Amino acid sequence: MRNSTRTWLGALSVTVSIVVFVVPFAFIVLTAVKDPQQAAQLDFSWPRHFRLVDNFVQVLEARDYILVIAFVNSVILTVASVTVMVVLGAMVAFVLQRRVTRWTGLINFLVLSGLIIPPAVVPTIWVLQKAGLFGTLPGLILVEIAFGLSFSILLFRAFIATIPRELDEAAIIDGASPLRLFLRVVLPMLRSVVVTVIVVQSVAVFNDFTNPLYFLPGEQNATVQLTLFNFQSQYSTSYNLLFMDILLITIPPLIMFLFFNRQIVAGMTAGAVKG
Amino acid sequence: MTTVAPTPPKTTERAPTPVRARRAHGTHSSYPTWFYLPAAVIYGALFLIPTLASFYFSLTRWTIFKSTFIGLDNYTAFFQEPALVKGFVNTFLYAIVTSGLKVVLGLFLGILLTSQIRARGYLRSAVFFPVLVSTVGVGITFTAFMDPSTGAINKALSAIGVDGPGWLTDPSLALFSVALVDVWKGVGLATVIYIAGIVSIPDEYHEAAKLDGANAWQLLRNVVLPLSWPATSTVIILSLIGGLRSFDLIWAMTRGGPGFSSDVVASVIYKQYQAGFYGLSTAGNVILFLVVTAVIVPLSRFLARKEVQR
Repeated sequence: MRNSTRTWLGALSVTVSIVVFVVPFAFIVLTAVKDPQQAAQLDFSWPRHFRLVDNFVQVLEARDYILVIAFVNSVILTVASVTVMVVLGAMVAFVLQRRVTRWTGLINFLVLSGLIIPPAVVPTIWVLQKAGLFGTLPGLILVEIAFGLSFSILLFRAFIATIPRELDEAAIIDGASPLRLFLRVVLPMLRSVVVTVIVVQSVAVFNDFTNPLYFLPGEQNATVQLTLFNFQSQYSTSYNLLFMDILLITIPPLIMFLFFNRQIVAGMTAGAVKG
Repeated sequence: MTTVAPTPPKTTERAPTPVRARRAHGTHSSYPTWFYLPAAVIYGALFLIPTLASFYFSLTRWTIFKSTFIGLDNYTAFFQEPALVKGFVNTFLYAIVTSGLKVVLGLFLGILLTSQIRARGYLRSAVFFPVLVSTVGVGITFTAFMDPSTGAINKALSAIGVDGPGWLTDPSLALFSVALVDVWKGVGLATVIYIAGIVSIPDEYHEAAKLDGANAWQLLRNVVLPLSWPATSTVIILSLIGGLRSFDLIWAMTRGGPGFSSDVVASVIYKQYQAGFYGLSTAGNVILFLVVTAVIVPLSRFLARKEVQR
């Protein structure tokens, strides 16, 4: 490509990308720091007063610190479910990749089904209710694990296929038990893909709206995505707080993106291509 | 298909099968079946059992505690109620529009962002970041932009003398407006898949085509497009699965309105659930299940075959 073409095409693309992709985020930030009256106009005007701290404190205090509670809930939900997804997903993928039996086909089929089939909502609630877990955080954690396992297994399986079997065999000859082989030999080699799975699944669980909506009803144990929903329906006049809320829950994915951009993109494309 | 299928009985584990015969005896016990167990219990209890149970419960009048068998009544109700039929049709429209646009824009952006363009790193990040942002947050933001009188989009349009439509208030337009926002949020994923596909094309093809005097269009048509076919089929499949199941963005922006004009099966499922019609809601789930498998399974077979024949 000629140098002049590179430049004007680059300039054009940057301009378009600013209008299409940056402006919406600028709007969120601007509205989040305005006073209530100006924010309610929902326009691009420059804030008359910068109320960053005020709005921040107000949104945290709103309705007995519900947002703080929600952040705690979301962090517990994300950490617990992603940890289990990683460990159990790696265990399944390890055996699934290494040992071919007549069940392998069926298991692969079940794993793929988990990616494609939309979960049956009310029957899941029915199961949770029977187990006494409906409307509880542990119940939602288990649901997130069940729905996220397939993707983790696929990512792990593809990666385990690249680890030579000779390593397993060396460990086995040295007398390693299966658990020891898995924990001491295989899992350490999976480090890069573990990071990928953690990052991709954390963003997915943290941003999940539908499952908390169904499986964790009630205002007091909301997750962060549900607080948006509550602010939207009940505080339709305080747009500054609504957008401050949006801004706050965008920060965790933003941090993930800044530090793990490469792993996120790698995970999403690899999982996609192999799935 | 049984729910505990992932854990085969012990006897089969010991019987040596031809596949394992080439491995030393005892090696396979290093890959124990019980590694499947914890995952199988969670997955079985919260995904497989509900999926199977949904077929039965969709045939009942159901209050979580008590179910009465009523045959296919829920399904006839579903397909006789115009609002629900509308949701069924909309599901397909939404999925086709979003996945079509994601393929076209993703390919375009993929080519643009693998070329020697300036500010490539920034552009890739800008396009990809919305993928990671809260869907509900995006929905709320764009609902503000799409307001017919005070929204930023119509204000910008009126500045150049165009009278913008009521993006979310016009019943014939609402679904497509939401679909556009879905594309805005999801095109980044399509783009990175295309980038991965295009980068993996060996340079020789480009060089050979250039030596033969191919112009840019011929290069795209005869080299890039066929050789990034796996990326195309991935984008189609992924965005169709996402589009058919889509709920949160539609719910955040229109709640299926105005009227029922932007309802899809997933939002019907939620509305019926909220109204306490659990049987009908579950019938909606079974319908969604059938739609997704009926579309995705044959399509992925077809796309995979085209890939081999290339």
